[in-house]
Amino acid sequence: MAYLAITHLEKSFGPTRVVKDFSLDVDKGEFISLLGPSGCGKTTVLRLVAGFETPSAGSIHIDGQDVTALHPNQRNIGMVFQSYALFPNLTVAQNVGFGLKVAGMARGEAAARVDEMLRLIGLPELGARYPFQLSGGQQQRVALARALAPRPRVLLLDEPLSALDAKIRVSLRQEIRQIQQQLGITTIFVTHDQEEALSMSDRVVVMNGGIAEQVGVPFDIYNRPATRFVAGFVGTHTAFDAQVTDAAAGEVTLGGTRVHLGQRLAAAQGEIIHLALRPEAAHLGRAEGRETVLSGQIAQVNFMGSIIRVTAMVGEAALTLDMFNRPDTPPPPVGSTVDISVAARDFIVLNAG
Amino acid sequence: MTDRPDTLEPELVSPAPTVPAPTAVAPRRRRVGPALSWVFFGLGMVYFALPLIGMFEFSLRKRRGTYSFDAYTSVLSDPQFQATFSYSVVMSLVTIVLGMALVLPAALWVRIRLPAMRPVVEFITLLPLVIPVIVIAFGYLRMFNTSSFLPMTGTATGTNILLAFGYATLALPYMYRAIDNGLRTLDVQTLTEAAQILGAGWFTILFRIMLPNVFTAILSGAFLTFSIVLGEYVFAALLDRPAFGPYMIWTGGNRAYEPAALAVIAFSITWGCMGLIQLAGRLFPHTRASR
Ligand SMILES: Nc1ncnc2c1ncn2[C@@H]1O[C@H](COP(=O)(O)OP(=O)(O)OP(=O)(O)O)[C@@H](O)[C@H]1O
Ligand SMILES: [Mg+2]
Repeated sequence: MAYLAITHLEKSFGPTRVVKDFSLDVDKGEFISLLGPSGCGKTTVLRLVAGFETPSAGSIHIDGQDVTALHPNQRNIGMVFQSYALFPNLTVAQNVGFGLKVAGMARGEAAARVDEMLRLIGLPELGARYPFQLSGGQQQRVALARALAPRPRVLLLDEPLSALDAKIRVSLRQEIRQIQQQLGITTIFVTHDQEEALSMSDRVVVMNGGIAEQVGVPFDIYNRPATRFVAGFVGTHTAFDAQVTDAAAGEVTLGGTRVHLGQRLAAAQGEIIHLALRPEAAHLGRAEGRETVLSGQIAQVNFMGSIIRVTAMVGEAALTLDMFNRPDTPPPPVGSTVDISVAARDFIVLNAG
Repeated sequence: MTDRPDTLEPELVSPAPTVPAPTAVAPRRRRVGPALSWVFFGLGMVYFALPLIGMFEFSLRKRRGTYSFDAYTSVLSDPQFQATFSYSVVMSLVTIVLGMALVLPAALWVRIRLPAMRPVVEFITLLPLVIPVIVIAFGYLRMFNTSSFLPMTGTATGTNILLAFGYATLALPYMYRAIDNGLRTLDVQTLTEAAQILGAGWFTILFRIMLPNVFTAILSGAFLTFSIVLGEYVFAALLDRPAFGPYMIWTGGNRAYEPAALAVIAFSITWGCMGLIQLAGRLFPHTRASR
């Protein structure tokens, strides 16, 4: 059994099912992100693991122990909240030492552990301050130290960075990841920010409507999204409807152009399937190794600095493509007709979802 | 605020008990210059201070021809004053503990577990303001008289307990509001969860997290309760307990200068409490922190 095993978890609030048949195995020391739009049930899953909510069905095991019926204060889990939730009446050191004191750790030992934690988060000097004397980023780091101090079995973070400004968000996420790897602590990180999820995680769980749509390493989630939803939620993509002409050979027609996808299709002859294409996979003009050529009309050009994002209409579909900026090649004018070349294997075949 | 004893001097029958009002008189600083604000503030101060000064001056005139503290010595050395005052102080402390033990967990519970019930609870806590004290007192007397199933009024201790419960009821609106205000500045739900996941039980959460954070709120609730109990008349009189309220009324009807001295003393105590609250706010800086 996995270190943290979530099995067929269900949660309903009254008549609404918020988490539906959610299963996830997390290995020891793994960093998992729950990624999904607002209201998809990420927080609810986290709160079920923490014990703040009781599942309607299913079970949660940590290190072989069934914790489904345990109270939050018996689970030995660390949690970091979006709103920091530091105790305002306690100093930073007292906050970090709170869990140790509750557990009855000897005073000297606890003080040493608090020191160690404050050094870990890079704030060794601030032990005597009160939370209201800290910046948001500092408060969240203290909250992390407080959660880690009692050596929890699992660390849960619910959008810990979303109350911070952009610069601190990026530096703190690297710091969190580094501390997590240093301690080797099993972690579930909730976010609705795909960049955060992709850059920090060992594996990402993309959630939608209380369901885990896809679980995989960031590379796969981005390059091989299993469903339309995942393709649409993670990164930018262009969606195409294509008609299967030869399922065994992987041949479809796409707006009149014949495309060899190079893989067996699970669809019948004549059926419509969904394809997705990332902006970086399409190339303006013809190029070696990109055998599929589509004809498109430039609808929009966004100059973004190092890259230029071009939107072209290919039949019904608005195809997005990225080209690198080069001083000697200005982007095509809006309204012009261009060739767009794509390597057929870069088309992503989506499940019906 | 302490009820002032009735006196025969018309200049003394002035709205002295409305103490907190002066701040309301000072207008908001907008376009109006600060000078004008100060003028209004000064007027307000004069309005409230004059009767006080008058009362104080009067209380010093017990000895013919010169100012003296004779009225004060007479009051303070009156054994009945000492007895009733200490009785009421003890009763108010009991009431505060009782009320807090009732209100703090209730207010917390409503915030954490039954947020939908908040309006209902708020309404219930307001009832003592709406229902006249005399009704509550007679209700108690009917329920707990010597021929009832629970003859509380049969013994002095029983009656004292009954009185404390009565006082707690009277103080309920103020105490609940004070504590609820204190809790409002906290994210009670998340703080509770943060403490729970760190292994804390309800006892730790209540005494290490919630209580210290609402300490100033509790103090102001306690202070209000203290002044209510100190001046309360109806309950104590109907239950026939030797409390400070009835004593003040009695003095007011029977003496000339002592009631004024008593009022000044009661006032000083009230203001002293307010000062203590301010001090507490300074000593616990975190309670002033807000996001
Ligand atoms: N205590 C509750 N009672 C009733 N419905 C709830 C409760 N908690 C959550 N829900 C509902 O469950 C759904 C999922 O909520 P959840 O907080 O898990 O979403 P989320 O994925 O964390 O969203 P966000 O990104 O906005 O935080 C929402 O539709 C929400 O309204
Ligand atoms: Mg959430």
